[in-house]
Amino acid sequence: MIRSPVRGQGLATNSFMTALTFTFVVLAMSAVAGFLGALTGLGGGVVIVPALALALGVDIKYAIGASLVSVIATSSGAAAAYVREGYSNIRVGMLLEIATTVGAIVGAVLAAHVTTHVIAIVFGLVLLQAAYQSLFKSEPEDASPTESDALGKRLRLEGTYPVNGTRQKYGVRNVPTGFGLMFMAGGLSGLLGIGSGALKVIAMDRAMKIPFKVSTTTSNFMIGVTAAASAGVYLSRGYIDPRVAMPVMLGVLAGAFAGTKVLVQARVRTLRLIFGCVVLALAIEMIVNGLTGKV
Amino acid sequence: MDDQRLETNIGNLLRAGVLLSAATVFGGGVLYLVRHHADRVSYHQFSPDGAVVQSFRGILKSAAHLNSEGLIQFGLLLLIATPVARVALAVAGFALERDRLYAGVSLIVLVILVLSLMRAM
Repeated sequence: MIRSPVRGQGLATNSFMTALTFTFVVLAMSAVAGFLGALTGLGGGVVIVPALALALGVDIKYAIGASLVSVIATSSGAAAAYVREGYSNIRVGMLLEIATTVGAIVGAVLAAHVTTHVIAIVFGLVLLQAAYQSLFKSEPEDASPTESDALGKRLRLEGTYPVNGTRQKYGVRNVPTGFGLMFMAGGLSGLLGIGSGALKVIAMDRAMKIPFKVSTTTSNFMIGVTAAASAGVYLSRGYIDPRVAMPVMLGVLAGAFAGTKVLVQARVRTLRLIFGCVVLALAIEMIVNGLTGKV
Repeated sequence: MDDQRLETNIGNLLRAGVLLSAATVFGGGVLYLVRHHADRVSYHQFSPDGAVVQSFRGILKSAAHLNSEGLIQFGLLLLIATPVARVALAVAGFALERDRLYAGVSLIVLVILVLSLMRAM
């Protein structure tokens, strides 16, 4: 179980590690986070930030800076594979990117003006949602309308996706609602250094009635662009420390790559349960530490 | 060129960018560990003082001097550039298809990204 470090002290043994130890510990943790993130579809950022902050006592600003970088790596790295499957909708993605990038900049600027306790608590709430999704949700049945609504038509957002060898048409609805949710997703991404893929999928799948597969792959493409929008703010404020970001980026990338390779044989159901429990524990730790001012 | 072909090419380009970035970060990381493996490190308290590696100019300069942290940061810059390149290519792709609406939409996203990254200039 992860012990809660007292601010400025950390676990006694971690108070001052050598650079070598720190690098390899973070590399290992990030590889596990990237692996589980790829298998469960929740991404690595959502566990690496609390892991760094709670287990190693890393200041949350360094943790979200390193996580943001790893989010870009997994998103761009997986783009080729997703395109090959022929699911993502580039028009929908690009249109909604206007909302996520503006939201991300707002979130990243906010991160500098709120205390780390607030960041920890908001992070905990996002983790609770992720735990719920991992433990209780299964992929929803696709019941997408084939016709877009008026605005969706004007914006030519409808597309086709492969179903049993043929390409099936789908329409896109409720663009303004989706746009609003995407602004929030961008804000959380900028504030917490995560991809907030879960909220992006909800915006497209639930609000805009886009098929689930199209939503998840389009979300993956959007995550990298959203994260790049906060990167400038993070970089200029010094959140991206190369000594922390290096093992996180390399570890998450390697873990995610391994995760996509074993995805086919893995018992995803069991993994989701384990992952959900870990995320739930992290959520509670983050909220408690945020409330008591320890993170 | 249809959407699908264009996307496949862009996807491959992005992966190449990520690999190049990862190789640079790895190289910088090895150099960092060779030189600093015995350093005592602690990241408990955030301090915004590493000015050398926070601006584009600082990063380029320190990477050119083969400073390990500058090299890592340069690799991370390459990584941050991949989604930006992706959006720029989408602008070009839509413009070639004479899709003015989406060339415009992509251009707005590109401008937002560039304005945001200018902060780190």
